[in-house]
Amino acid sequence: MQEVMKKRAIELLTSGEVARVIGWTAGEFAYDATPAIFETAEEIEKDFVYDDFTAANVSKYLLRVKTLEGKTLVFLKPCDTYSLNQLTAEKRIDREKVYVIGVGCEGKADVEKIKARGISGIVGIEADGDNYTVKTVYGDETVAKADVMADRCITCKSKKLASYDEIIGEDGEEIANCGRFDLVEKLEQMTSEERFEFWQGELSRCIRCNACRNVCPACTCEQCVFDNPKSGIAQKAAADSFEEKMFHIIRAYHVAGRCTDCGECSRVCPEHIPLHLLNRKFIKDMDELYGEYQAGDNEDVKHPLISFTFDDAEPSIVRERGAE
Amino acid sequence: MQRIGVFVCHCGTNIAATVDVKAVAEALGREPSVVLSAEYQYMCSESGQNLIKDAIREHGLTGIVVCSCSPRMHEATFRKTATAAGLNPYMVEIANIREQCSWIHKNIEEATEKAIILGRAAIAKVLLNAPLTAGESPVVKRALVIGGGIAGIQTALDIAEAGYEVDIVEKNPTIGGKMTQIDKTFPTLDCAACILTPKMVDCAQHEKIKIYSYSEVEAVSGFVGNFSVKIKRKARYVDETKCTGCGLCTEKCPVKKVPNEFNMGMDNRRAVYIPFAQAVPKIATIDADHCNMLKNGKCGVCAKVCSVGAIDYKQKDTIIEEKYGAIVVATGFNPIKVDKYDEYAYSQSKDVITSLEFERLTNAAGPTSGTLLRPSDGKHPHTIVFIQCVGSRCTPEKGKTYCSKICCMYTAKHAMLTREKYPDTDVYVFYIDVRTPGKNFDEFYRRAVEDYGVHYIKGAVGKVVPRADGTLDVQGSDLIMNEQIHIKADLVVLAAAIEPDKSARPLATMLTASMDTNDFFTEAHAKLRPVESPTAGIFLSGTCQGPKDIPETVSQASACAVKVVGLLAKDKLTCNPCVAHSDELMCNGCGQCANVCPYGAISYSDKEFRMPDRTTKMRRVAYVNPAVCQGCGACTVTCPSGAMDLYGFSNEQIMAEVDAICK
Repeated sequence: MQEVMKKRAIELLTSGEVARVIGWTAGEFAYDATPAIFETAEEIEKDFVYDDFTAANVSKYLLRVKTLEGKTLVFLKPCDTYSLNQLTAEKRIDREKVYVIGVGCEGKADVEKIKARGISGIVGIEADGDNYTVKTVYGDETVAKADVMADRCITCKSKKLASYDEIIGEDGEEIANCGRFDLVEKLEQMTSEERFEFWQGELSRCIRCNACRNVCPACTCEQCVFDNPKSGIAQKAAADSFEEKMFHIIRAYHVAGRCTDCGECSRVCPEHIPLHLLNRKFIKDMDELYGEYQAGDNEDVKHPLISFTFDDAEPSIVRERGAE
Repeated sequence: MQRIGVFVCHCGTNIAATVDVKAVAEALGREPSVVLSAEYQYMCSESGQNLIKDAIREHGLTGIVVCSCSPRMHEATFRKTATAAGLNPYMVEIANIREQCSWIHKNIEEATEKAIILGRAAIAKVLLNAPLTAGESPVVKRALVIGGGIAGIQTALDIAEAGYEVDIVEKNPTIGGKMTQIDKTFPTLDCAACILTPKMVDCAQHEKIKIYSYSEVEAVSGFVGNFSVKIKRKARYVDETKCTGCGLCTEKCPVKKVPNEFNMGMDNRRAVYIPFAQAVPKIATIDADHCNMLKNGKCGVCAKVCSVGAIDYKQKDTIIEEKYGAIVVATGFNPIKVDKYDEYAYSQSKDVITSLEFERLTNAAGPTSGTLLRPSDGKHPHTIVFIQCVGSRCTPEKGKTYCSKICCMYTAKHAMLTREKYPDTDVYVFYIDVRTPGKNFDEFYRRAVEDYGVHYIKGAVGKVVPRADGTLDVQGSDLIMNEQIHIKADLVVLAAAIEPDKSARPLATMLTASMDTNDFFTEAHAKLRPVESPTAGIFLSGTCQGPKDIPETVSQASACAVKVVGLLAKDKLTCNPCVAHSDELMCNGCGQCANVCPYGAISYSDKEFRMPDRTTKMRRVAYVNPAVCQGCGACTVTCPSGAMDLYGFSNEQIMAEVDAICK
């Protein structure tokens, strides 16, 4: 796959069709590939990587190049294409200036899960049917995909590419009963005290590194309200011992209806806080109250919270649920 | 340094009985920046206002807080007071310590504490107020009336008589509405057509009135004084300018079995039809659902017989766009469907009918030419039972919770007229209460009972059972005699509840006018502004606002016209300066605000911005048209980056209020 992608990227770059390529470059270790912008065939040849560790959603990097001349080639996994559509809908990027190669995806490996199995010295990974062959300095290890796949991939909502100009690999289907709301349901069944305790436990670990915000493809404000002293919110974030809860709750509200559930917030969190559950609660509630909706399904900006239909739940129903 | 004055109103005992106003004034007097805190019995009275004016002048106040009733009552009053004393009217804040405090609390201590907190919040807000200047917008001197029933007709005539242009949009082929179907009107028993049709003709002939019949409102944009309305003119397949209303086509059309809605489906009309003899405009309409020519291209009889060549099978719906300064809603009512009340056997027997059907059966233009005959066999009914409150004063699951108001009176009318014309007929009326508030109403009802011998039975009907011999067994209870009774009836008449027309709800959405749970339009104030919607420039006429009889409808229609004329008489309207604006440096141009804006006030443009590093950057940013924005604030809460803000209600001010309340 990596070689096919490289070849195609170099073709498009040398033919002048695109001026740059957004993909992934190797990090310090084999499993920490990071997003990168390539401008020459040589760079791609040397540094471009793609394997079962390249999990980052690179759609947000389009914002960095949006004012530059020429088209940009971007490689997007199915879940990333929803973010692309959402960014297009919100006029944050010009879709005409983007060339999308959709990359079929069977899920990504979670290196933490691999390490937890006592595997160290990892230098590479290869998919092999239902297993991964993890290459280490001590030799190859075989692990079942199901055991080490990232949580967000286990509950993957769609392997369908929502937007693309060409495809490498296989396009997939939406997955109806993906079980992504199972944990949310568990939280809903808790008493409010239990739930508060759960979130207090999780969110009190937050170190406010802002990684979740910076990686989030829905967080694209020119100036974040938390960085804007005029907003009156910046100082609200740290009001008590449970200081970072307001930050995360406000952020969840800000992306509600726009969050495509790509799961990047939880992936990048150094404290492993399951931040995506906040967003998923919103998604689940909106599905139930206003009919199923997937942000980024198309390039339409009208999500349920900012549009009105006669089938919308009455405010009283929403209030009653809130009081539960 | 700001100098704030606080004025606490007793409102007689309205506030002072539950709130210790002296304590409130004292406590608020100690707040930072407050230089004066006073209390007075009636702040809105002339001497109360003078107290404020003098204080502004003497103490050089930069802002004032009035702790009194709801700003909906007296905000405008105190803004004028401030202006008179040389203070910008938008430097006034109201703390509502009546509706939101004294009226809803009993404990003086708690209510006093709450009043102080509300006052504090208002002080926190006024400290962040900025003087605002209201702009002006021109008024289009033309009104739109939606619905051409008696309400719409009366409103239109009154507006036109005052010298302003009015357009009536009516969804049916003719104006006239429900009143055209009514035979006689209570309590004077004059003929409905005789009093209505002259008004219909007046409308048609008035040089200031334009009637768009067979048309519907498709979209509304704009704001008070400047509405832009798209009207769909449905294809009637007849050229309005050519048709003379001779009616030849309606006689020759071979499609004869179309249920006639004018007679409640109790007889038939043709596929091309004129609803009734006095229709205005008197123009034929082809019913596309039934016309053979339009359905399969085979026929064309009407075109052949039309001597003026008015038939046009190729006509299409057209959309016209017009500008209006004011919009009147007069969408009226319909009786509810009674099929679901199985106990009354409406769907099982032809001889169970609704009151409006009864009305047609007694009307000379009706299916029986005015002779009261049973629909099933065309024989004279000798026993008639009227059942009141069918679907009115019900549980919300089963029907309407409200009283439909007109049924008691029209049933008395039906009963009386039946006894007058057919003295051999026994008439029974089952009722819960007989409600007759109105001029000469109770006298009218008593005549039915005392002079005409109508049997009024207090009680409900449990069941109507159709018998094999064609009669109806009415099983009910007589609460006064305390017994179960059976009446062998030939005809049963149901006084069906009335409900707003189905077109009202989508229209309310287009107009952003509010409705109650029953889909009646809400008035701006139940007592003091009964003919205006809370949405500026939208006025309410007739039963779209609540159940009403004809005299009440006409009075409201005329009242509504006066309000419209009052608006149209102005050359300019003062705009509300509390409008939204976008901070371009923070705006992302994401488009969410425009999506929620009910007034279409937000547009986007690409703008060049200078960056700190001396480069320039093109960015898409939102722009709010202040003349269109109504200051609802929907955009400010939608904007994720907080770029949208409202003058007079800024995010910062609201935060300050919340902080003041929570501290």
